[in-house]
Amino acid sequence: MAEWQVRMVVNGQAVEQAVEPRLTLADLLRDRLGLTGTHLGCEHGVCGACTVLVDGAAVRSCLMFAVQADGREVTTVEGVAADDGTLSPVQAALRDCHGLQCGFCSPGFVMTITALLRDNPDPSDEEIREGLSGNLCRCTGYQGIIAAVRHAASALANGG
Amino acid sequence: MTETEPAPSAAAASPASAPTGARYAGRRVRRLEDARLLTGRGMFVDDVRRPGMLHACFVRSPFARARINSIDVCAALASPGVRAVFTAADLNPDVRESWYTQDGPKVPDSPRPPLADGEARFAGDPVAMVVATDRYLAEDAAELVEVDYEPLDAVVDFREALASPVQVHASRPGNIAGRLTGTPPDAVEAACAGAAHVAEETFRQQMHTPSPMETRGIVAEWDGRELTIWSSTQNPHEVRAFTARLLGIPPERVRVIMRDTGGAFGLKVVPGREEQCVLLAARKVAGPLKWIEDRRENLLCHQARHESGRARIAFAADGTILAASIDHLQDMGAYPTPWQVGPGAAVGMLFPGPYRVPVATWTSTSVHSNTAGRVPYRGPWQFESLAREVLLDIAARDLGIDPVELRRRNLLSRDDLPWTNPNGMPYDHASPRETFEAALAALGYDAFRAEQRAARAHGRYLGVGTSSYLEPTTSGQPYYGSEEATVRVDPSGRVTVFFTGGSSGNSLETTVAQLAADALGIEFDLVEPVQGDTAVTPAGAGTGGSRSGSMTAGAVGEAARALLARLTALAAHRFGVGEDEIEVADGRAVVRGRPGVGATFGELAAYAAAAPPGLPEHLAGVLEASGRHTTPAPMLWANATHVCVVEVDVATGAVTILRHIVGEDVGPMINPDVVEGQIAGGTVQGIGGALLERQAYDADGNPLVTTLLDYLIPTAAEVPLIEYVHLETPAPGPGGYKGVGEGGAIGAPPAVVNAVVDALSPFGVKITELPVTPAAIVELLAAAGYQGGHH
Repeated sequence: MAEWQVRMVVNGQAVEQAVEPRLTLADLLRDRLGLTGTHLGCEHGVCGACTVLVDGAAVRSCLMFAVQADGREVTTVEGVAADDGTLSPVQAALRDCHGLQCGFCSPGFVMTITALLRDNPDPSDEEIREGLSGNLCRCTGYQGIIAAVRHAASALANGG
Repeated sequence: MTETEPAPSAAAASPASAPTGARYAGRRVRRLEDARLLTGRGMFVDDVRRPGMLHACFVRSPFARARINSIDVCAALASPGVRAVFTAADLNPDVRESWYTQDGPKVPDSPRPPLADGEARFAGDPVAMVVATDRYLAEDAAELVEVDYEPLDAVVDFREALASPVQVHASRPGNIAGRLTGTPPDAVEAACAGAAHVAEETFRQQMHTPSPMETRGIVAEWDGRELTIWSSTQNPHEVRAFTARLLGIPPERVRVIMRDTGGAFGLKVVPGREEQCVLLAARKVAGPLKWIEDRRENLLCHQARHESGRARIAFAADGTILAASIDHLQDMGAYPTPWQVGPGAAVGMLFPGPYRVPVATWTSTSVHSNTAGRVPYRGPWQFESLAREVLLDIAARDLGIDPVELRRRNLLSRDDLPWTNPNGMPYDHASPRETFEAALAALGYDAFRAEQRAARAHGRYLGVGTSSYLEPTTSGQPYYGSEEATVRVDPSGRVTVFFTGGSSGNSLETTVAQLAADALGIEFDLVEPVQGDTAVTPAGAGTGGSRSGSMTAGAVGEAARALLARLTALAAHRFGVGEDEIEVADGRAVVRGRPGVGATFGELAAYAAAAPPGLPEHLAGVLEASGRHTTPAPMLWANATHVCVVEVDVATGAVTILRHIVGEDVGPMINPDVVEGQIAGGTVQGIGGALLERQAYDADGNPLVTTLLDYLIPTAAEVPLIEYVHLETPAPGPGGYKGVGEGGAIGAPPAVVNAVVDALSPFGVKITELPVTPAAIVELLAAAGYQGGHH
């Protein structure tokens, strides 16, 4: 199958790859770039485990082809913590609120919540639940995740 | 904040749980697992990349039942990147032994061939396996495998299996996988004949599937002598033992590695048929072989909870229970994994639940159908609680007794125990009545009834339901009843704890570090837990059966005891005093009365490693010790009461859960965050099972649910805030700990059902079938004569 040359910036690094048009962004990230933090839970756009930011928007990387990300800026869960390894306020809140158990869905939640709080820094309870409803978790019953969104919102409001 | 500082909310919950002298057990210690998992540095099986790795993809039967006349793999073999295509003829003859340690080789297990041989037995049955250089190419080639199927009549509905002319397996006449029974029914029949009231219903539970967010997967790498396996598993040592038997190679030449398993819930207790295929093919292909189940396969190939049962409870006029029985029928599908007949017996034996039931009996029949194979799923026997608790509410209405009052008249109290139920279950160290009252107090039952009346006056339908159960955790059966750990001190002073693990979200690394720090009297931050690699960890039975808390506490405790003895002997030798003059505390061994004379654990490790002249041989070398815990009881009983409050929209049938309270007694808690996390996760799975989740087939056996758009796992938008009430009756084992993994999923469904029925009590509806979807509620209301508008 013919390959296309794509260029993008992933977690601040310029990346250039030759890809088949059918290669998903998720598989590019995982298989070509070794960024295995982006997980595949369903490969049909329901579970949200593969959520990444593309030009800042939360996107399901299993439903996006790598060629569609040509020229864009991609952030994955590996690019969220500070350079010195300090967890972001969202990551720290998930840890502090017992917002994860097996951790398979967690990268998707980290990305979704990061985008959610950037767009709506003070979400209501209903907005939190609505905002999380595109990400599935089978372990936690969402209790700690919902608490973590509130926790992260106040941490961010207080300057992170 | 340090890693170990408890969250502010922990203060109230901690003291009750913390054993005397414990610094870490009982506290909401932050998890060691989280840093890697939150930054994308976890290592799940699909994250494993090996040089030259090949990828497997299965060709699956599109028919529920079909004769396989021929398979043409030529086109697939010629497809780009394809390295091999295997059929049953290539792999099945290589099977040496295929049995699971938990069941043993002699149990009358159903057939479980790696690939379908001659006949496909459900839609999804693996018929061929394609191996290619990448997953895309493997999938391309799978489409080119030509299978000549001759469709055959199938038995799709398990309730028709006994009478069906179709036989799923020739070796299972009448499609019976197994039938187990309790005592003869005479005493129950006599009690029913003399009873003031006998409540009797047939309950039906829909097909569930565990659906962990990470599907199954395996990587197998053969180097000509040894097989290294990366597996998504709850039980790495079982993968090793099973593989050694399957291939006929020494277990010492099989190494299984699991770092992170992305949820399991019973699905990953043993390797399944696809894993067998990969293991068998690993020696025939030129590179490491990976198979990652996709979500469609995950939904096609596993079923759970699909059962029905006729339940009876007999009452005296005052509501006293006189007898209870259940005749239970469960769906095995085509290829249950592992042996699934035995767990059906638990439905019968536990049916009396936490009540003073004088006589009881049961039958449990397991039948095959041409559907996905049954797998264990969190509280595999939970049908007993569903049938009993929903039937108790039905009976209460018939008797004109409040359902809470009916239970009060029959619940066992802590003081009633030990008590052996009429099916032989030895209840002990539990608090059913006390937990029930505590959960109801958290609700404010009488106040709720007043609120409910007021709401009805405004056309709002609120309801409350309860559900109480006694759950056997931490099985004492030989394979499960024993667990080992090894503790090693390095000259650095750091302590490594090696244990079986199989943690699949169970937070075992954190809780084991808490337990080890307490047992050795050292800082939590000095402990390095290591699990999941069979090359370095002691053998054990992994996670499952709500066993890890108690069993790892016992194993770590025994290993720590042995290590402390060794540290004491070393210090005595080092300082030239008797062992009885050595005191060990705070990571140091000192000579009593001479606080300046002592050594840290690290210094003693260096001393042992240096092996100075005169040091007895058994004290020289690596400073480590192992210990094995064997549980003293046949099982440890946990109990709980779920109280659920719902509002039902009678126009749309929508159910909103307003409150969900879980009162439970799982003994002291090693880490309350972990305990509550397990309860919440299980409860939400139970809510999903009651209201949303359904795997389904059409009449011909075609699966109707193949995506997560169809299989409705609860989302954050549907779940209530779960409230916890902790009671702590210690169990007769290490730390008094009991198991907590499964209970939430057992207790939630009947509480939800009873709450919905209670909300709809003005219409007199009865619910005997799950899931309780909006459509089902609208239908029930229509059948009850409700035409819309105000009642």
